[in-house]
Amino acid sequence: MTAHFPILQVIIPLLAAPLCLFIRIPRIVGIFAILVSATAFFISCSLLQEVVTGGTLSYQLGGWAAPWGIEYRIDKLNGYLLLLVSGISTIVLVAAQTSISKELPENRHTFFYTAYLLCLTGLLGILATADAFNLFVFLEISALSSYTLIAIGTDRRALTASYQYLVMGTIGATFIIIGVGLMYMMTGTLNMYDLAERLPAVYESKTVLSAFGFFIVGVCLKLALFPLHLWLPNAYAYAPSITTAFLAATSTKVAVYVLIRYIFSIFGIEFVDMSLPLGDIFLFLGLTGIFVASVAAIYQLNIKRLFAYSSVAQIGYIILGLAIETELGLTATLLHLFNHALMKAAIFLAIGAVVYRIGSAQLSHYAGLGKKMPWTMAAIVAGGLSLIGVPLTVGFVSKWYLVVALLDKGWWPVAVLVLISSLIAVIYVWRVVEWIYLTPPRIITDEIKEAPMSQLIPIWILVLANIYFGVDTRLTVGVSKLAAQSLFGVN
Amino acid sequence: MVTAIAIARMSDLFAVVMLSGIYSLLSASLFLDLDAVDVAFTEASVGAGISTLLFLATLKLVPRYEKKSRYKPTLALGVVIATGALLIYGTLDMPHFGEADAPVHQHVAPRYLNDSMNEVGIPNVVTSVLASYRGYDTLGETLVVFTAGIGVLSLLMVSRRTKEKALQKVPADMQNQIILRVVAKMMLPLILIFALYVQFHGDYGPGGGFQAGVIFAAGIILYTMLFGLSLTQKVIKTEVVERLTAFGVLLYAGVGIACMLLGGNFLDYNVLRHDPVHGQHLGILLVELGVGITVAAVMVTLFFKFTWRTVKHKYNQ
Amino acid sequence: MNIIGLYNYWIVVVLMLIGFFIVIAHENLIKKLVGLSIFQTSVFFLYISMGKVAGATAPILDENYQLYSNPLPHVLILTAIVVGIATTAMGLALVVRIYEAYGSIEESDIQVQDNNDRLEDYLEAYGRKNDTHLFNQDKDE
Repeated sequence: MTAHFPILQVIIPLLAAPLCLFIRIPRIVGIFAILVSATAFFISCSLLQEVVTGGTLSYQLGGWAAPWGIEYRIDKLNGYLLLLVSGISTIVLVAAQTSISKELPENRHTFFYTAYLLCLTGLLGILATADAFNLFVFLEISALSSYTLIAIGTDRRALTASYQYLVMGTIGATFIIIGVGLMYMMTGTLNMYDLAERLPAVYESKTVLSAFGFFIVGVCLKLALFPLHLWLPNAYAYAPSITTAFLAATSTKVAVYVLIRYIFSIFGIEFVDMSLPLGDIFLFLGLTGIFVASVAAIYQLNIKRLFAYSSVAQIGYIILGLAIETELGLTATLLHLFNHALMKAAIFLAIGAVVYRIGSAQLSHYAGLGKKMPWTMAAIVAGGLSLIGVPLTVGFVSKWYLVVALLDKGWWPVAVLVLISSLIAVIYVWRVVEWIYLTPPRIITDEIKEAPMSQLIPIWILVLANIYFGVDTRLTVGVSKLAAQSLFGVN
Repeated sequence: MVTAIAIARMSDLFAVVMLSGIYSLLSASLFLDLDAVDVAFTEASVGAGISTLLFLATLKLVPRYEKKSRYKPTLALGVVIATGALLIYGTLDMPHFGEADAPVHQHVAPRYLNDSMNEVGIPNVVTSVLASYRGYDTLGETLVVFTAGIGVLSLLMVSRRTKEKALQKVPADMQNQIILRVVAKMMLPLILIFALYVQFHGDYGPGGGFQAGVIFAAGIILYTMLFGLSLTQKVIKTEVVERLTAFGVLLYAGVGIACMLLGGNFLDYNVLRHDPVHGQHLGILLVELGVGITVAAVMVTLFFKFTWRTVKHKYNQ
Repeated sequence: MNIIGLYNYWIVVVLMLIGFFIVIAHENLIKKLVGLSIFQTSVFFLYISMGKVAGATAPILDENYQLYSNPLPHVLILTAIVVGIATTAMGLALVVRIYEAYGSIEESDIQVQDNNDRLEDYLEAYGRKNDTHLFNQDKDE
């Protein structure tokens, strides 16, 4: 049985999604989805453990050997991310039932869960696969289901946001298949590890360089790297809260994984250095992204939009770690992937709980909620502190590693800029705190109560995880370091 | 190519959609010229058929003419030129068109051509790669279709009450076209039989679950256009069609699971029967059926949903 | 020689650029989708072209033929066509809903309406903030 775990990881949500249409009773579908996601989480735990102790796992689909058939290959890097995605998905789903009961009409609930499971399938499939074209197929599954998840709500702006995302996302995906096609043209293979072996022979060709260019641009569209981030703020702001929490924590992270996989495992860092000043480009875009998006976050009136811009800024930090091109830098990137997912899931779930109670994500409606919903508000503030990078939170750990990596490389001006950018984060988080705690409530009603337990528990699991992994860094730092080492070891 | 430029210049959306249908047909003939029979078949049925139909259904709901843009698309032109430059640069080192010793023909593909007869046992190599060697991609593809079905279902919902009220008020469009109706009645069985032929003949000639699903759906759509939604819905229940979309995916993945239970890897059809080649036959037959069911059901659902919107709007007016 | 050998790919590039241009330069939501499908179709040509072997026939095994074109690109493109139609259907459903909600399918019109919404949010936030100040003063007095 355990031998089939790599495929079961993806197949279980895949089978569960169509089954939802047969169950049809929203309440039961919700519980079913939680069970499915939890099973996926346990599988990923066992997979990660096996990968860390035993080494890379390979699974041949259809029993056909690798370059002819499709292969699943789990190593430390994607094992780590599988754990992250399935874990976050499970926690978010626990809060889903209450939240969507308010934000979606009853007859769409089943479709919501189906699309959610499809999205989970897509993301897990991208992570597990070792086949370049299979990756594209699962990318489209996750993309199409996220368009649905965004547009399914009642806000009309979600429709345009979803359309914009659809157009940008499809352009990105098409760029990716152009890249894959050109690579296939020069090597005759689609398997990632076979590609890695065969590409060095044609490194010099212009076609491979252009393939690389298309691929990188396509993935950067998907991961919303500045200035290709335009679809993200609206999509996150107007989607149902659960969608925002899930996508913000996972989908851009998976796109970053694809980037890392291609740069390190397939093309190899030597090729990248030789052909393009990618490090410098990422450094520039990452830093500009951090500053532009952080400043934009300050001026937002919608709290979801505010934190969406902050997500764009955080992607900047993640890319910055890649730009360093050292093992330490990569460790910082991987750490921040994990930590940022924890922070944003906690924050957006907490916002979801407020939307459940007051029906709005306008910052001005949050005035005085600090007293009415103390636990929820404390969660938002804890997440905010983590975004800034205050000690004892996960945000501190990843920023610390990033700064150390920058200093190690000798890029101290960049390190200083990173620290300055944290001050901008202080400003936007302070704006939230100001509205919540320091502005007197304008509508005094007794109806506003603390969020229900079904939401508070998942929120606080995430907040405690934020603090726990901020203090006890053995798991996250350990696995990130192992993954980074193995990626550099390959080359 | 001329068609493509014309599409770019026109502002009458109806003409644009028609031209894009023509463009698809031209593409299909070009694919045929490049030996891609299966692809040509699919492009003709999807690009020229279903996709044009969906565009037209949408145009019924939205304004027909495009507004003239106020902005000069300089930035867009710049981006496009940059992309083009990168692509042309990339083509410079490409193996020439039609060359037999290009890398794509040296690695991986020869095994499909040389050994698939022994390993899978069906003459259409495209089908054996599609359903067996890369069967997992096709499962993914079926899931993409299913996802789109879910997306459209959740976006274009029409409540049962509106449906019932609307039906009483809006008559079928083509009540009086007797010739069309008679011809269609005669055509319908032929179309459906042809769909089944394409479904089960995919092993030997071009065709397979996907194309068959589209043709099957086309038959039902033709019927709906001529006899009205209410009559069609009496024969084909929406709920059933919706469940069928899920059933196809389940059938496909179920075959995979069955292979696992019988001791093979996921989708390893060899273990389904004592003789591997028989196992492959059975597996491919079943998964193609799964693809066909999901595709047909999703296409019919898409058409129903778009049409219901039109009916609803008419009713509201 | 060089140019003749690459001729087919260059046509693909031109088609690709026309499609891409329609997507990013036009404001009509339906036209964008048409552009998107042209863009995707041109990628299909790229794949199918590379699978062609001069003088070969379609990859359906038969004793009368020896040389076949490469089947793998065909398989990939079958999948890609399906993905393309799925995206188009999804996009069109969104267009229908957008038209119902905004009464327009021109990007600029929609943007104007969204900006108005946002302006209202802005006025509400700051307008009400002033209200509360007044409210507090009342209480102080």
